[in-house]
Formats: sequence, structure tokens, C-alpha cells
Amino acid sequence: MPWRLLRFGLSKSHPEPRMFTTHDTLKPSYDVVIIGGGGHGLASAYYLARDHGITNVAVLEKGYIGGGNTGRNTTIIRSNYLTPEGVKFYDKSVQLWQDLSTEFDLNLFFSTRGHFTLAHTDSAMRTMRWRAEVNKHYGIASEVVGPEDVKRATPQMDLSCGGHAPIQGALYHAPGAVARHDAVAWGYGRGADMRGAEIHQQTAVTGIEVKGGKVVGVHTTRGFIATNKVICAVAGFTPRITDMVGIKTPIYIHPLQAMVSEPMKPWLDSILVSGSLHIYVSQSSRGELVMGASLDPYEVQSTRSTLDFPEGLSAHLLDMFPFLSHVKVVRQWAGMADMTPDFAPIMGMTPVEGFYLDSGWGTWGFKATPVCGKTMAWTVANDKPHELITGFSLDRFRNYALTGEKGAASVGH
Amino acid sequence: MKLMTCPVNGTRPVSEFVYWGEIRPMPDPDTCSDDEWAAYVFNRNGAPGVKKEWWCHTPSNTWFIAERDTEKDFVLRTYLYGDDR
Repeated sequence: MPWRLLRFGLSKSHPEPRMFTTHDTLKPSYDVVIIGGGGHGLASAYYLARDHGITNVAVLEKGYIGGGNTGRNTTIIRSNYLTPEGVKFYDKSVQLWQDLSTEFDLNLFFSTRGHFTLAHTDSAMRTMRWRAEVNKHYGIASEVVGPEDVKRATPQMDLSCGGHAPIQGALYHAPGAVARHDAVAWGYGRGADMRGAEIHQQTAVTGIEVKGGKVVGVHTTRGFIATNKVICAVAGFTPRITDMVGIKTPIYIHPLQAMVSEPMKPWLDSILVSGSLHIYVSQSSRGELVMGASLDPYEVQSTRSTLDFPEGLSAHLLDMFPFLSHVKVVRQWAGMADMTPDFAPIMGMTPVEGFYLDSGWGTWGFKATPVCGKTMAWTVANDKPHELITGFSLDRFRNYALTGEKGAASVGH
Repeated sequence: MKLMTCPVNGTRPVSEFVYWGEIRPMPDPDTCSDDEWAAYVFNRNGAPGVKKEWWCHTPSNTWFIAERDTEKDFVLRTYLYGDDR
């Protein structure tokens, strides 16, 4: 790495290509078109090229790479979910995360911190025990700990939470981690680009051509592309895309907001989550506290922010950490979460042949980025659902076979 | 502060209200197919647009209908059920 840096120092012009190749024109046809240049879409392109040798692929991004929910989440990675389907799926993802920085030769600042889900009531403790047992059954490091363990990890915390929500215990998940989210999109994007996939930014999809129940092409703001396979990985834009092929889904869109504080010296090692206080908080490698709360209470398909959000979140955060009262909030933003009734994603094949969904990623999509790419690429290459995603198919609703993922973040259960 | 107009109590902070989703016509459970019923139970119209939605002013338990642009988060009008004229 230092030699590479030296080359940059000595060269008059930029000595390496930029992260991605810019393509002036779209080809008339591709084997696979991926709608959405976020982490999920780019990871799908990456694994299609790397694992399945499918390189005639276009990733179409309406805005810029990683500018959607990939760059709007609070970067938490964990696998201590509640359903067997969820636990197995997210565990595979956590395993993939470990090696990504090396694989990409790009520092993702992947940092294993340990993750506490705080319980303030007896019923919350019962859920924590339930989750711990499911997790342990599948070999995941997950255990119920007492308030003294929380105190040891975070001595600054007021364990009584202002007196009205004393901490009874927590679910502790040692592999819980954070990573620099936009770098994940760049890493997958560069890897896909190097292997021959094309990334087209500023290219919006305006329609999808379906003939005889099969996808035949995609209309974009830069012209028509013929293709038989389309992956839809667009998070909060999913209903607008499924409307183009006439598929109905249970997906509804609520904004999920987040904010960061000014940078501080490192003091918070762990990732803390409290469902009762509607908080999740971790300290980034830049020293900012990265904070989220819960979904906005009603449907909105835009990324507007509200003042209620920092007000409510700050009040709860001060219950936990009164010493933060002079710390400033420097940024807040929102992402559009594509929610499902059972808090599990909708992935795989659809009634339209050649139209694949990677959707319903609501408030839980970032941590799944690697495994989504991997399983979607497999599903598209083999034209049948990967065994890890069979529980997430769209037809589970028609069959009343919901997944019931109560381990999801930012949602009331 | 976001405001919402209750047809009975006037303009109030939106925090006094709960959102209860888009108005959706229910198929007749005695005559519709299983697929139609499942579609009614689960499927939603998630695309943006001007939608007619159920809202409730919780302090007075007034249920009413709001016509709202869900992309701009702008309320066009609100009225009680049956007053849609």
C-alpha cells in the first residue's frame, strides 16, 4: 500500500482509473439488467460475474452509486434474529462481511463491536431469552446478560434510564459490527466493473416490457435495452417498479430517519439498541454517534426529515446518557423503507418470468448486502430460488405462510 | 410542526393523530376466491400518489378521511365518512 501511495505522490496525473468505468452508451442488450446501484444491486452484479461468469450485465442507477438506503442506514451488522430463516440467512451474511475488505482491497472500516439489545421490561427479557435460544441453536454467539454486564461495557450509562425504564438485562451478540456503508457500494461496484459488468449512473428505468408473461426489455431515460432477466433492487422505490410489470405486493413505504452527533473522542465501544426507548446508537470510526429511532408513523414516499425525530430521539438518548446534553446534532436524514407485514424481505422469483425481486428490505437491508448479492446472483443464474431465500418468496402471502421476523430493528412488535 | 385538520376539532398537531392506511374496498368474503381474499388482506398500493386514507384524532376518537399526496406529504382535504361531495 505505501508504494501505491508513492506512485500517487510522484505522478502528475491521476495514476489509476477511478472507481468505475464510465460508459457513454448503453448496449442494445444485456443478459441481466439490475435496477438499483445500491449495495444489493452492485453485490448481485459482483457475484454474478465472480461466481457464475455472467458479465454481460448492466446496473442502472437513477441517482448515484450508494446514494439511496446503502448510504442512509446506521451501518449495523448482526445476525441475532428470531426466525430460523432469518438467523441462517443473516449469519451467512456476517460470515461474508469478515473478508470483504481483503477481497475488495478497500478498507470498509469493518469493526466488530459487540451488540447489546437492552431489555427494560419482563416481557422484553422473555423475548431476549427466546432469541438467544434460537440463535444458540444455530451456532450464533448470542446470550442474555445482566445489567452489570451492560454497565461493564458502557460505564457511562444511567442504568435506570432516567428512572422510568430501568434496564433488566440485555441480549448480547458479540459478532455485532459496524462498517463504512458507502465503501461497501464502491467495493462491490469496483469489483463488478473490473469483471466486466457495466454501471450506468443517472439512468432511470421508465418502463419494463413484458410479453407473454416474460420480461423482454427495459425502457430507460437513455433508451431501450433488450433483456430477459431483470433484478429489482431499489428499496423504497419497489412499488413503482412492480407497478411497471403489474405485480401486487404487500410492500408499503415509511421513512426511517437517522442522525449523527458532532465527533467525539472514542468512548462508546458497543452498539446499543433499545426497543422500548426507540434508540439504536453506535460510535463511528470518525467519532460521531450514529443514531436511529423508529419508523415514521405514516406513509411517505420521499426522504424528507422532521424536527420531531431529533427531539424525540435526543430525549431518549439523554435518559441513557445524561452527559451528552451539550453534544450537538450535526446532520439528520431519512431513507425510504420498503416494509412488509412480517418484517422479512421479499426475494426471488415472481409471477413474471425473468423478473426477480430483492425487496422488502425495510429497516434491515444493509447487514444483508453480501448475502443478498450472493443468493440473488445464484437465483438468477440457476433460475430457481437459492435455499437460503425460499422462506422469503412473494407467494408466502398468498399461502398465509408468513415468516414473522420479530428480531427486526426500528419496528414495534 | 406538521399540522392536520380534523373535520370536527379543527387544525391540530399531527402528533394527536394516528394514520390507519389507505381506504381499500373489501371483497365479499362469501363470494370471493381465496386468492382475492389474500390479496385484500396483504397487498398494498405502495406507489406514491394522492390517496384517500383513514386517520383518527385520538383525543376525541374522531375517525375521518384525509386526501393526501403521499410523496409530498401534503394534505389536500379532510372530511368525515359520507361527506365526500
